[in-house]
Amino acid sequence: MTAGAKHLEITLETQVESVNLAEEMCLRVAEAAGFGEDDCYRIGMSVREGVINAFHYGNQERPEKKIYLAVDITSEKLIIHVLDEGRGFTLADVPDPLAEENLLSTSGRGIFLMRAFMDEFDVVTGRTGGAEIVMSKNLPVPGGNSTNGRGGEGTAPKQGA
Amino acid sequence: MALQATYRDAGPVTVVDLSGRITLGDGSALLRKTIRGLLQDERKKILLNLADVDYIDSSGIGELVSGFTAVKNQGGELKLLQLTKKVRDLLQITKLYTVFDIYTDENAAIRSF
Repeated sequence: MTAGAKHLEITLETQVESVNLAEEMCLRVAEAAGFGEDDCYRIGMSVREGVINAFHYGNQERPEKKIYLAVDITSEKLIIHVLDEGRGFTLADVPDPLAEENLLSTSGRGIFLMRAFMDEFDVVTGRTGGAEIVMSKNLPVPGGNSTNGRGGEGTAPKQGA
Repeated sequence: MALQATYRDAGPVTVVDLSGRITLGDGSALLRKTIRGLLQDERKKILLNLADVDYIDSSGIGELVSGFTAVKNQGGELKLLQLTKKVRDLLQITKLYTVFDIYTDENAAIRSF
């Protein structure tokens, strides 16, 4: 880890309250790292969706299983890891929520939102054998003239896969 | 802020005023309970006023879609009123903006049923 890099991690219970807790923790980290309001919203939403994914799909809402959340801040980006104790999944197997036949589905938009809101997104097999979501947001540029904090993107979320 | 829901009559239309966050857990559950309750009361023309809803996650989106489908399946209509920017952006990127009938003016929305 480079000088100045920071690492935080927390083990969460598989319960609904963990979603809010994770979101709040990462929002504070993002604000402290200098992200503007719009990017904080996107980061908070992505963490929320990552933990919902672990809670519901990964750990199947089983309370004996844990969710592992880690946040790294490097000189370039904020990196978030969300690891569950499920069986893992492959991104290619996730249905496209924008496909006509899936538009009225009541679930399956979490991965899409994380991809849309973060700069980098991937799912790997974690140390538990479960899915580990790894996503990052580039740090704002100091002195940037964006209205989005210290230099993010515009206010509208970008279109994702 | 926890979701709050109240409803009022506007002729044959039931306007549901929502405020707070529609998210996994209590928020989504309250929205589901409210819509299902209205359907049980034979109120099938439902206008969801989202002016004070500033946050929806994927669970909340799913509940909106579920409500839309449930009302439609009973021969009714569920429409949306006064989206905040964040909610509008979410519905746009998820392509649901074209699925829902969305209004900015309450009177126009009521007349549309």
